[in-house]
Amino acid sequence: MKFLSYLISGIRLGSIYAIIALGYTMVYGIAKMLNFAHGDVIMIGAYVAFFALYRAGFPLVAALLASVAVCTILGITIEKLAYKPLRSATSLAVLITAIGVSYFLQNAALLLWGSTSKIFPTILDYGFIELFGGELKISYQILITIATCIVIMVCLTLFVNKTRMGKAMRACSEDKDAARLMGINVNSVISLTFAIGSGLAAVASVLLCATYPTVTPTLGSMPGIKAFTAAVLGGIGSIPGAFLGGLLLGIIEVIAKVYISSELTDAIVFSVLVLVLLFKPTGLLGRKTSEKV
Amino acid sequence: MKKITEMLKKVFSKKYRQRTVSYLIVVLAYLIIETAIKTGSISNTIKSLLVPTCSYIVAALALNLLIGYLGDLCLGQAGFMAVGAFFGAVASVFFSRFISGDVPVLILAIIVGGIAAGLCGALIGIPVLKLQGDYLAIVTLAFCQIIKTLLLNLYVGIDSKGLHFSFITDNTNMDPDGILVIKGAIGANVTKKLSSFTAGILLILFALFIIHNLINSKHGRAIQACRDNKIAASSVGISVSRYKLLVFVISAVLTGMAGTLYGLGFSSFKASKFDFNLSILILVYVVLGGLGNMTGTIISTTLLLVIPEALRAFNDYRMIIYSIVLIAVMLISNNAMIMYYLKQFKDHLKKMFPKRRTE
Repeated sequence: MKFLSYLISGIRLGSIYAIIALGYTMVYGIAKMLNFAHGDVIMIGAYVAFFALYRAGFPLVAALLASVAVCTILGITIEKLAYKPLRSATSLAVLITAIGVSYFLQNAALLLWGSTSKIFPTILDYGFIELFGGELKISYQILITIATCIVIMVCLTLFVNKTRMGKAMRACSEDKDAARLMGINVNSVISLTFAIGSGLAAVASVLLCATYPTVTPTLGSMPGIKAFTAAVLGGIGSIPGAFLGGLLLGIIEVIAKVYISSELTDAIVFSVLVLVLLFKPTGLLGRKTSEKV
Repeated sequence: MKKITEMLKKVFSKKYRQRTVSYLIVVLAYLIIETAIKTGSISNTIKSLLVPTCSYIVAALALNLLIGYLGDLCLGQAGFMAVGAFFGAVASVFFSRFISGDVPVLILAIIVGGIAAGLCGALIGIPVLKLQGDYLAIVTLAFCQIIKTLLLNLYVGIDSKGLHFSFITDNTNMDPDGILVIKGAIGANVTKKLSSFTAGILLILFALFIIHNLINSKHGRAIQACRDNKIAASSVGISVSRYKLLVFVISAVLTGMAGTLYGLGFSSFKASKFDFNLSILILVYVVLGGLGNMTGTIISTTLLLVIPEALRAFNDYRMIIYSIVLIAVMLISNNAMIMYYLKQFKDHLKKMFPKRRTE
């Protein structure tokens, strides 16, 4: 029974990673860039939610919406100002710019809100659900987190597979030039991708702060790296891959922490990534590409 | 006299110019800074930055070899540096029991650090051969995190019986005369700073020597062929995987040496210092300096370490300014219009000051 409860808390952590990983994977799939600033968008989202809840006294849903709105606008702005001029540049130049944006966001937060951590108010505290005659307790917070992740996954899959805009996105990820020739506005597709990714980052930030209630300017970096790892584990560019990778990573992290060693958790998590890539070089659900001469 | 002019001509000929300039810049910088130290016109903050700057330069040169000539992105430089630093620290304490004199101990420590990092490089090189592009980058990043986590839990002690290792908890069970060199999360304690600015400069020159001689050799041309077109390279009989592994290991050895130099520049240091941000920092030096351009790497590393120091007056704003500069440089250097005008300006200058034909 203990194992089951650890498994569930692993799935909860994994759900948060999966939501963040979706942002990485969608941006990678369409703009072919590693958006290192994604973790810092999460941090900004957490601060916005914190101020909305704590200072402005918004209800939870309004705070979440405010956070999503700010992050979406932030994501589009970053894309327009920093990444759009580099559309035809080398991937390394884009990577360095993303790192610059990440530094900028972190230090702007440091300047605006200071380095002391802010304690996130308790949200989503609705008690427990008891199963197996009280042997297994699951808090509603965990259930809400997991449910949010599943809803987001389903909506996103439907959006990408069933709508016109989703079709345009898939076309852009296949071949940007061909998509442009077919009359697809590639720039607006990329902007939309950044908007969705950043909006999801805001949702993830609220869920993350409900789990670990401290807000600091470097809040986003470690979940960012972990979610990025999750995206690669599942096969970067693949939406179900991000979901699978996120869940796996969360479960492995919690199980390793409990049963093997809490000090070595990170080493175990990243070793799993290396091992998986050894046998499946493009991740679990990644597309194999063969090189042409 | 004629021989000398002939040699100068050869050294500054198109083929050798880049190497000569890079060596000259390092030697000149050394002479200027040494005189500044002798005359006492250099502040202590700058003085304390000299050894770290040298080690960052060596690590950046090693990374530039990897990115600029092999074309593979590595985000794990900090991991190799950490291996070098910790193994070098243990080696320095170990050897100083038998050998008196700082210089031989430092040299031995740097060699040990380099070899240890090289072995790690070979280990991580095996998946490298199978992966490409961003997947490779993430594996090196993962490797860096693994190394950092392992080193955070490592305990190494030295007593009269030899070395004692233990993991996660301190079970070294040493004799009373033993010294605990690496204390898990607290870090390594070497008590004696062995690295000096001179040693740093010599290490830079050594790295430049290795890199320049490698890339201008038959092997170097094979490496560049692998970068430009893997399939074409293997079709003319170049073993792509062998050369990839070779460059990876050489780069790791040099980075490990840089790590040893860095670690022994402090009396104690922590594993948490060698995190992902350090790898990113070194990558930034390489990209801003120009891929494949060793002189550029040296200059950009020095400048990017000096600029934040120079901005100390704007203490709170300096990292923001740094990040804006970073973004601006990337946007400007990739802006076709600005580069076009810059090229026109250069052509204009060339017309105004025509070069004399030497032929």
